[in-house]
Amino acid sequence: MTRNVITTWIAFAVGIALCAVLPIFGGNYTLRLATTVAMYAVLAQSWNFIGGLAAYPSFATAAFFGLGAYISAVLQTKGVPLYWTWVLGGLGAALFAAFLGGAILHLRGHYFAIASLVVAEVLRELINTTPDLTGGGMGLNVPALKMSVGEQAQFFYHAMLALFAISLATAIFVHRGKSGFALQCIKQNEDAASILGVNAYAYKSLAFVLSAVFVGAAGGMYATWTRYIDPTDVFDVLLSVKPLVMVLLGGVGTLLGPVVGAFILLALEEVVWRNFLTMHAAALGVIIVALVLYLPNGLMSLVREIARRRGRA
Amino acid sequence: MIYLQLLANGIVLGGLYAAIAAGFSLVWGVLNVINILHGSFIVLGSYIAFFLYAYAGLHPFLAIVPAGIVLFALGWALQTVFINRVVTAPVLITLTLTFGLDLVLNNAMLVAFTADYRKVNLATPLPALELGSVFIPGDKLAAMVLAVALTYGLYRLLGDSNVGRAIVAVRMDREAASLMGVEVKQINAITFGIGALMAGAAGALLSIIYPISPINSTLFLGKAFVVCVLGGLGSVPGALVGGLALGLLESLGGYALGPEHSVTLSFSLLLLLLFVRPSGLLGRRGYE
Amino acid sequence: MRGALLELEGVERRFGGLKAVDGVTVSIARGEIIGLIGPNGAGKTTLINTITGVHPATAGRIVFEGRDITRLKPHVIAGLGLARTFQIVQPFPAMTVLENVTAGALFAGGAPTMKAAQEAAMERLEFTGLAAHASKPASTLTLAQRKRLELAKSLAMKPRLLMLDEVNAGLNSSEVDDALDIIRRIAASGVTILVVEHLMKVVLSVSQRIIVLHHGQLIAEGEPKAVLSSPAVIEAYLGSRYADRIAGGAG
Repeated sequence: MTRNVITTWIAFAVGIALCAVLPIFGGNYTLRLATTVAMYAVLAQSWNFIGGLAAYPSFATAAFFGLGAYISAVLQTKGVPLYWTWVLGGLGAALFAAFLGGAILHLRGHYFAIASLVVAEVLRELINTTPDLTGGGMGLNVPALKMSVGEQAQFFYHAMLALFAISLATAIFVHRGKSGFALQCIKQNEDAASILGVNAYAYKSLAFVLSAVFVGAAGGMYATWTRYIDPTDVFDVLLSVKPLVMVLLGGVGTLLGPVVGAFILLALEEVVWRNFLTMHAAALGVIIVALVLYLPNGLMSLVREIARRRGRA
Repeated sequence: MIYLQLLANGIVLGGLYAAIAAGFSLVWGVLNVINILHGSFIVLGSYIAFFLYAYAGLHPFLAIVPAGIVLFALGWALQTVFINRVVTAPVLITLTLTFGLDLVLNNAMLVAFTADYRKVNLATPLPALELGSVFIPGDKLAAMVLAVALTYGLYRLLGDSNVGRAIVAVRMDREAASLMGVEVKQINAITFGIGALMAGAAGALLSIIYPISPINSTLFLGKAFVVCVLGGLGSVPGALVGGLALGLLESLGGYALGPEHSVTLSFSLLLLLLFVRPSGLLGRRGYE
Repeated sequence: MRGALLELEGVERRFGGLKAVDGVTVSIARGEIIGLIGPNGAGKTTLINTITGVHPATAGRIVFEGRDITRLKPHVIAGLGLARTFQIVQPFPAMTVLENVTAGALFAGGAPTMKAAQEAAMERLEFTGLAAHASKPASTLTLAQRKRLELAKSLAMKPRLLMLDEVNAGLNSSEVDDALDIIRRIAASGVTILVVEHLMKVVLSVSQRIIVLHHGQLIAEGEPKAVLSSPAVIEAYLGSRYADRIAGGAG
């Protein structure tokens, strides 16, 4: 068991170090793609806490992302140091999730899904109605960094990768610890879990907050990276759906599934989007339908299945 | 009296919302599927009415029939080919599936019809109804009456026909219905088809009121959600109550706070209601 | 009389207009095995749900070890040492047998670490004779094994009061004997037990005292043989005509 733990952390450190070094040789385009993969992986890893471990179908990712982006962007325009704006974007989203969780985590199934879906819409409208602070529907310009284009590409990649590393480390702790076990119990039978002494509400809240904090920080980084945000962009419903698709692609409730899913989704996007410019949403739709019907447990399950068959043969 | 006018506007809106939500509620209640496609179904119904009026001169009120038939066939096929395969799977799976299908349908409409807003401009509009200070455009009133009639038709269908009784049986207990000889998968497909039919017919009616564009699908879907949660799931009277409640709220709330806040208002109400009373205004316990 | 472990005072649970539990006042002494019987729909399971906080009491008071638990959440009540099994078994199907029991030890049994919880769970599995199945998924067990898994899970919670809801329903007679043996051994270890049971044989053979529920009300209480021959109980089970006949025959 202890050896297992050490192996995991060594693999983690080596993996992150390799990721930090490799794309730098690929030029700015590769770095941009790598930054996007890292961001997607953060979103997917975060969703996995609430959607994968606790099996609560959350569509609140866009709300957390947009909220983090706006908190961070507004603070940046007020001259708050950059890193602090990201941290506060993450904490703001987490705090919001804690309150929101209190209101909607007693709902189950579809009701929870809808309630979480609607939150982003309400926030978007709120932004639209506060133009003095947030720029409203016209969007908000974020101060540019004093760096060359190449430096920026590296900077944002490493920032996003660091965020991903933190989210993955948190996931490893949760998966192996008491809280991950509690969430497994809740996933399989919430009522029975309570009777066994599991404080379901506390653990669900924890999972929901974890599904927000890194997403909020990622939103903040995204705002700095793109230098301009508007409500339609950062509260886009696809931001809530893509994490789910990535986790389904990679494998629900697994540690590496979200990362694998992030890679595949971005690869698909790059190939499909470029070739079917006007039909990219439909292409994503076809992928989703095929996934749900043929691979509901994700590609990781397919890989495991193949490995098992090889092992037997 | 501005309030009488607002009340009248709210009731007209509410009748239309009932028709928008009835099919959605039926599918949710019977199949336990949240049909994300519903908004696109409505838009497709509107397009059918638009083109039939533009090229064949068919009045949108009559286009209810072809729009309903086309959408029924589409809904039946989608359920048979795709959704039936995972209909008993957890929420996440069915929701994701209909979301994926919606991406395809909505994108196809965007490519075929573009995002430009279109509108049916009737050559001979009905005269407006004026009662004292209250003014209601005739076509809007007629659309509302037809919408309520459609909703009532669905109610009678569920209560009085063999198919309706089979649908209700599946809603109550899928396994028991299957043991009693009900072809559950076939009933699922018919139910989903009827849900789509209602959406298509409502879309045809709405074509003379709302601008038509694939972009509007999420707006209609949002309304259907709110109405369902307000009225309770899977019940036709619930859709009517929820529709009227939402219509009145938007009309009065829009006046009090400004029309640009009506969407926020309805979604905030939805969150509040889910918080305090997830079973809806009529208090029927919803399906999980 | 030994000190009371659990006291119910006028406990009531309504569902809409229906009183599923109606003014039940009873006390359970430390270390006793008490049987709870009653016809179908008498409110036995609801009473357990009310005590464990799943369906909180709508009136009355529940006191456990001197502490008012009427308004506490199920997981808090579980942590205080009140465990129950379910009539319809509720394992975590995708987890192994060991993991199922570990959950009870970790969250309510006060095990400080995952490892300690696993060790405690293994002991319970040996106690209930499931050790050989520890690494199987819970969904692969037979009904009798699942009932024992329920027992092992609730024992892992280190309960002071264990409520067994029909642990013998659906078992054949040799399986029932095995289960009875386990119940006796649990009692011998000092755990107070409330047995909800349909099978009279089981109730009579383990209970020191019996309480009877009918339409949510407590209609009889006392030594098993005496309770079962009281007219009110016979009437509740068999209807008034049969009760009259027995009373007439006896008198």
